[in-house]
Amino acid sequence: MADHALQLQGESEDHSHSHPSQSVYIRVALILTVITAIEVVIWYIDWFHDSGALIPSLVVLSIVKFVSVIGYFMHLKFDDSRYRYTFLAGLVLAISIVAALVVLMRTHQIEYGLRLISGTS
Amino acid sequence: MWLFLASDCMFFGSLIAMYMIYRGDAERMFLAGQGNGPLPDEILDIPYTSISAFVLLMSSLTMVLALASIQRGNQRGLRVWLGATALLGTVFLGGQFFEFSSFHEEGLGLTTNIFGNSFFTLTGFHGAHVTIGVFWLISLIIVSLRGGVRQDQALNVEIAGLYWHFVDIVWIIIFTLVYLIPYDKVESVQHQAEQGFRLIGLG
Repeated sequence: MADHALQLQGESEDHSHSHPSQSVYIRVALILTVITAIEVVIWYIDWFHDSGALIPSLVVLSIVKFVSVIGYFMHLKFDDSRYRYTFLAGLVLAISIVAALVVLMRTHQIEYGLRLISGTS
Repeated sequence: MWLFLASDCMFFGSLIAMYMIYRGDAERMFLAGQGNGPLPDEILDIPYTSISAFVLLMSSLTMVLALASIQRGNQRGLRVWLGATALLGTVFLGGQFFEFSSFHEEGLGLTTNIFGNSFFTLTGFHGAHVTIGVFWLISLIIVSLRGGVRQDQALNVEIAGLYWHFVDIVWIIIFTLVYLIPYDKVESVQHQAEQGFRLIGLG
């Protein structure tokens, strides 16, 4: 029983530190290269600019690249969940900082511009 | 390391927020006769930067291959892949130096306009991170040559790798935000301003 528990514990530790094989790394790198090429190609296609599909497409492709690197190259997909939550906490805070600052400053700039136009500074 | 990376996320988050706040302002100021060129759509070179982005992505691959080598106890493989990573990082930095120099020759400096200010601050801090990473990798190679990185010390390589991949994911965001998402041309900014004036009854 104790041996079985130790074996399970060992398996759990192995799993928390397991890393993908070299072929997985190479496949991920190939996918990242293809995505980067797609990003550049769609930048040159007028339809993406005219239809407004360019920015959403670029954002989605960047998110896929971002998640692939942190998931596979940084092993976050295979690591202890505490590391994942630590990094995600920083990431969520960073996104919140960006959103808050952009909304705050852009609103201020618009109000300032309107005051300038109406002459009520 | 994860705590440091989480804090660095917030550092780059602030720089990216700064860039987004002032994005497009150079065109508006130019239109109002208050700013100088060159403007982003006149100066950014997408094919050139795409190659830089590819180089940095490939350096992430060589970094994980270095880690895989030391985890198998392959010292030579570790040094080869770490050397390749440092070399690719140096190529990226060389590209950035060339880009900064050509922008300077075309008249864009840190204080030329709001675009120059926010662009050089954001990409400059990223370049500083890459430089630190290259020195870290070279120091690991030197330690390895002296027999200081054993198989049971693979964690040291993994920590350096985490930093390196972080620098890579920051570039993924910068590449999209700064280079690929198109900037309004001066004519379209003028059109938007006229529409805005009409909307509030001043046009």
